[in-house]
Amino acid sequence: MAAPSSHISVRKIDAVTRIDFTDRNILDELNIHQIGEELLKCVESEFRPKVVVVFGNVEHMSSAAYGTFMKFNERVKSRDGQMRLCEMRPRVHEGFVITKLTRLFSIHDTYDAAVESFK
Amino acid sequence: MATHLPAFRCDQSLRELRTGLESVQDAVAAALAARGYDEGAMFAIRLAIEESLVNAFRHGNRGDPNKSVFFRADIDEIRAVFEVQDQGPGFDPRAIPDPTEDENLEIPSGRGVMLIKAYMTEVEFVKPGNVLRMRYAKPSAP
Repeated sequence: MAAPSSHISVRKIDAVTRIDFTDRNILDELNIHQIGEELLKCVESEFRPKVVVVFGNVEHMSSAAYGTFMKFNERVKSRDGQMRLCEMRPRVHEGFVITKLTRLFSIHDTYDAAVESFK
Repeated sequence: MATHLPAFRCDQSLRELRTGLESVQDAVAAALAARGYDEGAMFAIRLAIEESLVNAFRHGNRGDPNKSVFFRADIDEIRAVFEVQDQGPGFDPRAIPDPTEDENLEIPSGRGVMLIKAYMTEVEFVKPGNVLRMRYAKPSAP
């Protein structure tokens, strides 16, 4: 069942928490802060969460968002969980490549590939 | 015979980040589109303006609502030049830790300047470091 949220939609599919962004632009610091809060809530009651963050809707993202994803990744790891990112548009992916955050995050072309990587 | 648009020039004083960004980004996007810049160029410039104005308000002016950020643009059909000036004391850009080094990779901030440098053709901080000049040249330009 979809959880109501202003910036993300969250679905539990089997054992995987799928998170989609509802915004095309992740730029504004206030929005990014709210996204961070919403992401942390997704896993607050989970143990060993498997999380896939889907970027398919995202066209623009500022560098301020990277820190939010890094903190979320740490939270997931602290719960003995795993996080995957997927479906990035080429220009969004390019930002991760330039900043070498591809070394920190597990990024996949498709949602299915991201889920498959948990096995 | 091809017609040439005159250069687009603007010189704006911005008092608030989000409203300032919206007005600047809309005007610049329209000027770039009218002068034949492609989607990749528009993306690069939009990102560089976003990052530079956020840095100017947040780090340069340190969020002081009594300070302004000055944005200047000069766009013709072969290159787009921008200047962002804050009213802070400036900084030494060499002091920014390289976020791609192993020991800095997990630091959550400090990637804005790196993105600006990656996407723009030339980037220069003018001493004392409160003025950022950046230029984007169309790939076909000599």
